[in-house]
Amino acid sequence: MWTLIQIELFKIFRRPRTYIAFAAITGLIGIIQFGLKLDGDAYVDFMMRDITSSITVEGKILNGYQVCYVVLQILLVHVPLLIALVAADMISGEANMGTLRFMLTRPISRTKFLLAKFMATVAYTLLLLVWLAVLALFLNMILFGTDDLFLLKSQYVVLLKKDDIFWRYVWAFGFAALAMTTVASLGFLFSLFAENSIGPIVATMSVIIFFTILSTLNIPVFNKIKPFLFTTHMIGWKEFFDIKVNDANEAIIGSIQNPQKIINSALVLVLHIAGFVTASVMVFKKKDILS
Amino acid sequence: MFKLMRRIILLLIACQLSLTTFSQDMTALVLKVKAKLDQVNDYEAEGRMKTDVAFIKAPIGKVRVFYKKPNKFRLKKDGGISLLPKGGVSVNMNSIFATTDFVALAAGEAVIGGTKTRIVKLLPVNENSEIVLTTMYIEESNLLVRKMVTTTRENGTYEMELTYGQFAQYGLPDKVVFGFNTKDYKLPKGITLEFDDNEKQLTDAEKLKNKKGRVEIIYTNYQINKGINDSVFK
Repeated sequence: MWTLIQIELFKIFRRPRTYIAFAAITGLIGIIQFGLKLDGDAYVDFMMRDITSSITVEGKILNGYQVCYVVLQILLVHVPLLIALVAADMISGEANMGTLRFMLTRPISRTKFLLAKFMATVAYTLLLLVWLAVLALFLNMILFGTDDLFLLKSQYVVLLKKDDIFWRYVWAFGFAALAMTTVASLGFLFSLFAENSIGPIVATMSVIIFFTILSTLNIPVFNKIKPFLFTTHMIGWKEFFDIKVNDANEAIIGSIQNPQKIINSALVLVLHIAGFVTASVMVFKKKDILS
Repeated sequence: MFKLMRRIILLLIACQLSLTTFSQDMTALVLKVKAKLDQVNDYEAEGRMKTDVAFIKAPIGKVRVFYKKPNKFRLKKDGGISLLPKGGVSVNMNSIFATTDFVALAAGEAVIGGTKTRIVKLLPVNENSEIVLTTMYIEESNLLVRKMVTTTRENGTYEMELTYGQFAQYGLPDKVVFGFNTKDYKLPKGITLEFDDNEKQLTDAEKLKNKKGRVEIIYTNYQINKGINDSVFK
């Protein structure tokens, strides 16, 4: 199995298309870092204008942790589209090249073959997230330094102490990996239904955009279906940056406001992954390979 | 008839004298408190600061407080980000007593924290003063200000409640609680990317609580009259 995964990884990283996502993330984060380095104070003043009418906030608000949070807020909505580029190409790409039938003549089961491809897709997704973490977190910590993290939520603000932040990012990236794997598994499933990668890639992107819009619209009729959409749960990583307070309204260092919500979101995503992968295996086992 | 008139006149004169004496005592009392605070030319203290505002979740932070006569005051957090009421923390006792241009009026008595106090209203003579009115609750026996309500021109009204301990002889408190007004805080969910719909509907009592905030500072390790460089206050 490990050999199969290695072969699939080799095939993934041999294609130029694979590096589009890495380049896009590098460019996007670079632009954000450049902009904030030049004009970060104005951005901070804009974000803080509501609260500074009654509270004076002193300290290094624009630090590496803050910039990383801004980057993740922007990118984790758009990175799924980059993951679809590779995930939705995994089977349809082989079919397009005419190598799928040849691959299946080998003495390995279809399930094993498919799972190896899926594991390679997951490995690519994780590598992309590691790259995102290196640029968004570690590079920003070097460029902007570290300090407390001041977060503006819709109804309240959260101030996290410097020593209480890094572990939250580790878990947040872990959760993001789960979220991106869900996207990868959806793209992987769509990839089974076409012999040309464009269709599955566009279909995956369309589903993500459609579900994201449904998740963000605050219309009562959509509120009933929101809990079942994986896009609603993909932003669960933000829950790691909310903190509990005691009866005296003192923030409890090291706590998470709603850990159950994170667990629920993670379970929903895991169920989606399991569902998509199971469906992929069932479809592929019965699929006629005509190309 | 003449005797009755004479008694009435004497009574009126006695009332006038007592009123005059009463108002002179307030200025004298305030000056006595000022003289006590004037022992301190500068101080530096460590403290623990707790921010208690309904819409802020913040941990307790360590702070350093600096004061230098006549009215230089600075509060620095020991690293990290600090949240302070706008313009309020610089309103401290020493800066209020820095000026002698005030009118002190008696306004009765009150019990603050189990201690009987005299209420004194300080009105600045200078019409352009940032401070419009200060109400002090002074413990006469120890010349300590237990509570102070200050109305400023630009930043609203603040309350300070002071608790004293080992530095009471200098008029320096162990604990200060600032109360101040806050404005409603709300950001659109489109900016914060929060998509859940469990927005909390606030009761009237909670809405009122949202409009008030408190900052509590517990001071330790006062270093008094050791000298402080002016660069600290920049």
